[in-house]
Amino acid sequence: MGWVGGIIAAELTKAGIQVVGLERGKSRSTEDYFMDHDELRYARRFELMQDLSKETITFRNSESMRALPMRSYGSFLLGDGLGGAGSHWNGQTHRFLPYDFEIYNQTVERYGKGKIPEGMQLQDWGITYDEIEPYYDKFEQVAGISGESEANPMLGKRSHPFPTPPMKKTPILQRFEEASKKLGYHPYMIPSANLSENYKNPDGISRAACQYCGFCERFGCEYGAKADPVVTVIPTAMATGKLEVRTFSNVTEILHDGKKATGVVYINTVTGEEVTQPADVVVLGSFMLNNARLLLNSKLGTPYNRKTGRGTIGRNYAYQVNSGRAVGFYDDEEFSTFMGAGALGMEFDDFNGDNFDHSDLKFLHGAGIRISQNGLRPIENNPAPQGTPTWGKKWKETTLKYANRVLTVATQGASLPWKHHYLDLDPTYKDIYGKPLLRITFDFEDQDRELTKYLADKAGEVMKEMGPSHVEIKDKLDPYNIVPYQSTHNTGGVIMGADPETSAVNSYLQMWEAENVFVVGASAFPHNSGYNPTDTVGALSYRAAEGIQKYLKQGGMLV
Amino acid sequence: MPGLKLGKNSKPARSEQPDESRRNFLKASGMTLGGLIVGSVFGGVLTDNLEKNNSPAPASKPEASLQDALMFFNQEQFKMTEAAVERIYPEDENGPGAKALGVAFFIDHQLAGPWGYNARDYMMGPFVQAQATQGEQSRLKRNEMFTLGLEGLKSYCQQKYKKVFTELEAQQQDEVLTAMEKGDKFPMRGVTSSSFFKMLRSLTIEGVYADPLYGGNRNMNGWKMRKFPGNQMSYAQQITKEGLVQMKPKSLQAHMSE
Ligand SMILES: Cc1cc2nc3c(=O)[nH]c(=O)nc-3n(C[C@H](O)[C@H](O)[C@H](O)COP(=O)(O)OP(=O)(O)OC[C@H]3O[C@@H](n4cnc5c(N)ncnc54)[C@H](O)[C@@H]3O)c2cc1C
Ligand code: SF4
Repeated sequence: MGWVGGIIAAELTKAGIQVVGLERGKSRSTEDYFMDHDELRYARRFELMQDLSKETITFRNSESMRALPMRSYGSFLLGDGLGGAGSHWNGQTHRFLPYDFEIYNQTVERYGKGKIPEGMQLQDWGITYDEIEPYYDKFEQVAGISGESEANPMLGKRSHPFPTPPMKKTPILQRFEEASKKLGYHPYMIPSANLSENYKNPDGISRAACQYCGFCERFGCEYGAKADPVVTVIPTAMATGKLEVRTFSNVTEILHDGKKATGVVYINTVTGEEVTQPADVVVLGSFMLNNARLLLNSKLGTPYNRKTGRGTIGRNYAYQVNSGRAVGFYDDEEFSTFMGAGALGMEFDDFNGDNFDHSDLKFLHGAGIRISQNGLRPIENNPAPQGTPTWGKKWKETTLKYANRVLTVATQGASLPWKHHYLDLDPTYKDIYGKPLLRITFDFEDQDRELTKYLADKAGEVMKEMGPSHVEIKDKLDPYNIVPYQSTHNTGGVIMGADPETSAVNSYLQMWEAENVFVVGASAFPHNSGYNPTDTVGALSYRAAEGIQKYLKQGGMLV
Repeated sequence: MPGLKLGKNSKPARSEQPDESRRNFLKASGMTLGGLIVGSVFGGVLTDNLEKNNSPAPASKPEASLQDALMFFNQEQFKMTEAAVERIYPEDENGPGAKALGVAFFIDHQLAGPWGYNARDYMMGPFVQAQATQGEQSRLKRNEMFTLGLEGLKSYCQQKYKKVFTELEAQQQDEVLTAMEKGDKFPMRGVTSSSFFKMLRSLTIEGVYADPLYGGNRNMNGWKMRKFPGNQMSYAQQITKEGLVQMKPKSLQAHMSE
């Protein structure tokens, strides 16, 4: 039970509905983080993540390749246990742009159909920004998001200010702010789920302020300062007495009669016992990958067929394009880059979404340009200018010199959907329960390479303005590789929309092909924007919770 | 239904707890400086010195600690590893190298543990030759690869120099490691020499900079060389300060001496 499971459980139990939460991993609390300032254990050995010996995914760049299992962690990190990835996320909490929800129509309107390249499967979400706004607001109030509420012309309108003020603007952030303002851009503090001050949320849950401890991304927060389902929505649900959480319960199948689900089967991972749990409504909140896998393994919904374009389960897998960056080396200055918080940073969106004219550009959408101060830890951060040897005396000298002298302006780019990027079941590899693994077919496209180049140059201009002795710009995008960590912003597979032909769920996340099944998470994104996904995942969870309550009253399709 | 009962940790009454646990942590972190020294491999005099100037140790021979023993390597494997990591992260005017930092012990312990046995990796077959974008696909465990890597290193040195790696001059050792990294006519079984080198290099960096609890980064000297303060409970007071804030480092051991 991550954000999705926690939010749904909180909303339904508050409305008096009985909920059973099935979580394959263990229970967790802030007390478990007593020894968590341990880079090796948490950041390098993935203490909080899914045990890949039990299940993983397989991957290939294209259909001409044989997919092979991701045997150890790399490109993305999967959550496990109570709180899911919500226990070890950074907490950068962005809304998507109004443009995102109507990307197809707005692109055609502004540039004509010809602007969308052959094979790109761009589509609208079946919900508008104005419709989803109240749910964003709800999530932000419950999680206690800290941010700047002044109107930013680059972003959608807000109905309420952020519940807590922005985090501290450090000297590093100020430098980015000055540089980007000087260039005419509109920087703002990244909305943060690391609390800027003590906060009590509308459900009556109190939490302490962030200590900028620098062990945040990939770590749990011992203060409960980082919004995590375990310190927010799950206790709210538990307080109602209507939620029963069953840990060590791995769901393997959704039972159904072809029209409706009747329950689920899970394996008690401690005893090995197989248990059938009947249900009136089944909600999938098992992260986007397992959402798609459970449907495919349960033969519920029509699998996407990439040749005919028919079917929806597995359609529009997308990711994040974030290779473009500019690195500044400072020979004469040092910074406390080891301090920080997961969501401490500034960003501007002048080149995100359709905030700039794409008429003469060879790509659509864009990226947020940002500086982060997350806390650079010593195993994973040993920067040296290009051309430095990678080991030995010179390497040691150089990396020690630059240990506290490097700042990076990064880009986080949108990933648009293609007909040939999809999820299906692997024909060979299985999990320990004997069920097929999910197979990812994905690569970067020219769209992504053009985007990276354009945005990296913009990042470079800002970096240069920040006064380093030397700047290196990374503007090349290699083929997608499962090995280096990039981001856990995987999206799609069970996408939402207004048309059952091209989407699997409606705007309440209700399955077109099974009215009592709600599939919630980034699996519903028809494409991924130039932002982190979880604010939108949270908003969709509140929307789904409302839909489920309606459904329990009236039945039938809600849209 | 055989549902598991919730542990006491998951109780919903989270409302007043965070403040309290924060106070405990702050308290713990404020009173533990003395505790850091206990169990260190360095003698008391040296350590006192270090605590005063907060600078890396001079490269003198450390006194052995009772923890300095092996769980995985034999003597020869240990010595080869120790010599190799010292070339990757050598002692210099900045401070100790990988050898004095205990990196070979760190590697020994890692290979003996769950990571060395790929306990949390997907290890089901079939094992198929991968494209470069698909990651390692080997039926071997990491500690098996490492052992075979050292075997390859040994026979390379034997053939080329008629000597064991530890007897070579530093410059020759560098030549050997360079060839190993390049994968240039450097035969190994079960692992390419360049992926063995990659593993060796990344273990070296981990051993230099991981918390001392794992056997490397002796006396936090890896951290001291780069002014990294280790495990601090809060930077809320320092985060808005200009420039580099220097602080006495703390390791996780600080939490044990409440
Ligand atoms: C290191 C890291 C940093 C991140 N930083 C950010 C950020 O700054 N901003 C942002 O917006 N997003 C960030 N994310 C992404 C964010 O964590 C996810 O979007 C979010 O947590 C997803 O929530 P979820 O509930 O959909 O899935 P999860 O949190 O993954 O929860 C799914 C739960 O379901 C369980 N489960 C899965 N399959 C089964 C099964 N078959 N049976 C029973 N249980 C099952 C899992 O164990 C897990 O607990 C980050 C992710 C990572 C890994
Ligand atoms: S940086 Fe802040 S939110 Fe993150 S773990 Fe540390 S105290 Fe918690």
